[in-house]
Amino acid sequence: MSNDTLTARRAFMSANDAVSYGVRLCRPEVIAAYPITPQTSVVEKLSEFIAGGEMDCQFINVESEHSAMAAVMGAAMMGCRTFTASSSQGLLYMCEMLHYVSGSRFPIVMMNANRTVAAPWNIFGDHRDSLAMRDAGWLQVYVENGQEALDAVIQAYKVAEDPAVRTPVMVCLDGFVLTHTYEVVSIPGQREVDAFLPPFVPGENVLDLANPRSLCISVAPEWQTEFRHQQQEAMAAARRAIAGADGDFAGVFGRRWGGMVEEYRCEDAEYVLMGLGSVMGTTRLVVDKLREEGLKVGLVKVRYFRPFPNEEIAALGRRVKGIGVIDRDVSFGNAGALYTEAKAALYSAGDASPHTVNFIAGLSGRDITKEHLETMYRKVIALTEGKAEREIQFAGLRWEEW
Amino acid sequence: MKVKDLSDSELLYGHKACPGCAAGTVARLILKVTGERTFLAYPASCLSTVTSIYPQMAFSVPSFTAPFPATGAVLSGMAAAVKAKKLQDVTVLGIAGDGGTADIGLQALSGVVERGDRIFYVCYDNEAYMNTGVQRSSLTPFGAATTTSPVAGSSAGKRGVKKNLFEILVAHRIPYCATASIAHTADFLNKVEKAKNTDGPSFIHVLAPCPTGWGFPSDQTMAVGRLAVETGLWFLAEYEQGRVKMNSVPRNFRPVEEYLGLQKRFRHLGPAERKLIEGQRDREWADMREKWGF
Ligand SMILES: Cc1ncc(C[n+]2csc(CCOP(=O)(O)OP(=O)(O)O)c2C)c(N)n1
Ligand code: SF4
Repeated sequence: MSNDTLTARRAFMSANDAVSYGVRLCRPEVIAAYPITPQTSVVEKLSEFIAGGEMDCQFINVESEHSAMAAVMGAAMMGCRTFTASSSQGLLYMCEMLHYVSGSRFPIVMMNANRTVAAPWNIFGDHRDSLAMRDAGWLQVYVENGQEALDAVIQAYKVAEDPAVRTPVMVCLDGFVLTHTYEVVSIPGQREVDAFLPPFVPGENVLDLANPRSLCISVAPEWQTEFRHQQQEAMAAARRAIAGADGDFAGVFGRRWGGMVEEYRCEDAEYVLMGLGSVMGTTRLVVDKLREEGLKVGLVKVRYFRPFPNEEIAALGRRVKGIGVIDRDVSFGNAGALYTEAKAALYSAGDASPHTVNFIAGLSGRDITKEHLETMYRKVIALTEGKAEREIQFAGLRWEEW
Repeated sequence: MKVKDLSDSELLYGHKACPGCAAGTVARLILKVTGERTFLAYPASCLSTVTSIYPQMAFSVPSFTAPFPATGAVLSGMAAAVKAKKLQDVTVLGIAGDGGTADIGLQALSGVVERGDRIFYVCYDNEAYMNTGVQRSSLTPFGAATTTSPVAGSSAGKRGVKKNLFEILVAHRIPYCATASIAHTADFLNKVEKAKNTDGPSFIHVLAPCPTGWGFPSDQTMAVGRLAVETGLWFLAEYEQGRVKMNSVPRNFRPVEEYLGLQKRFRHLGPAERKLIEGQRDREWADMREKWGF
């Protein structure tokens, strides 16, 4: 069977499989990966596709995550489209390489299965791993379900390879809650994807026999700032590219995910919860329920954490009375990462700035229940009505009433 | 390969290495053999520092500075790209120091060799981390003074013995590997040519005397390199088709003193320690003789 035989269809699959189909449709030429739960089934599936001749791609079985990213970088600098995936300890082990790749402006796409970080050891999900890498110079997108995972992969290549961006993208999926949950997913046809994402045309930073140059070299202090500035500019360009890719994608495939953020029932909302990833699915149900009670609630799904949706959040802040930020991580000694950054974005609203509260929830796979989410909305409402609430709260802590 | 057949063109030009640096010569000679169709990776090291500081570039082949621990892995990625792009007649080459090869880079080197990728990896061995200021590595020989195995109080230079990199590669059953010396230029070039033509991973470990780190006059690089072989403190060997062959077996070793005495890094060693080094040498050779039957 050749690549082109993949025609559009619907199938019941895990979000990990959805990612694998998304990657296959993007026709990477080189994949390197090292297994770690709950990412493993992505690269197993891709190996299967390659072994079965359904993908024309080189698969490198490396000896570590550091090497996985180094190997795809080696291929990317030869002008290949590449893919890798990791999670948790593996992502941290790649840390040096993540900076190296973004600083060298290779448009690599990776999937991260969000899983907490040891110690204590735990294989279940939260966002501590990828958020710890937020300064690695990668774009980061957090998805809510399998369909969004598949679509986000395809869009990620489009954004990463945009000549104004040329920056790597990390597609983040909540471990187990998404990676291992089955749902019906629409697989786009190969031909449509080929039209949306033509073969990768590398820019100048490739190793070329006809035009030898040195890449990834040392830069003295009098030049480094200019390189860094270009990275910052690329992130600004990424905001436009993300919106553009989402719009174009909607044109071809009929699905739109909102670009940087997605707002749900926010038009007239006074109280919103904001968060990343799969928890937003449950939150939608809670919004619907509370709306039936007449409460003006909404939710804001932050899709891209890098670049950060400062403008979108500032605009929201001028409209609503209270915002609760759900963080599946905590930067010990401060607050959750999303909260810290959202609060900074809201600063521009000045005196009109809404009340804010940070809910630390869902750490290391702990469930975030509908009851928890409802309580969060009620706490946000109470806060706007003058009730004192602690600014940073761990949801459902064993020894505290919630 | 005959020296007179060597290309006149230089693919490494205008680098900033210390006078008498063997590492620079090693890179220059290798490129003369592998030629313009070479993709080169070199990790953080003296070599990267003296060749590639923006906006100056001393290599005239497509090249890049690899992350310190990752040379083997990036070579794998490049080799995969060569297959993906169906490139013909190219060499994927890595040149790394002893630290970037035998310490932090050992895992990635082991990985690429085990995978059997068609790559050529050279370790130029200046027996310490020179770029960061002469710290000991696992290839620093017994007794050598470095900035992290200093001579002071109870410490008298490096204590452990030099890791045997050649045997580590032989243990991988690599298709081709060799040791070489900058002073045995024709032998070195022949080995480079064999390595380049190997269908699979190949490796050369070349001793690269460093006037700055070892403490000898910069016009003595070749002499020091030659003495290393003649005193038996370095050996010239090849491993191919599952067998080790010695390229040079000195009938009588010159006294180790001739080699040690030329270098400041051994200056503090007393007669007992020099004897110890000689004893280690003799045991190593007896071992090799028995294992490899020469
Ligand atoms: C992960 C990491 N750790 C440490 C360093 C710092 N570092 C750069 S070069 C170097 C030593 C290189 O030594 P070697 O490989 O022997 O090459 P030489 O400088 O002697 O040519 C070190 C420790 C680094 N670049 N990356
Ligand atoms: S310190 Fe030694 S290896 Fe480094 S450039 Fe100078 S002579 Fe060469």
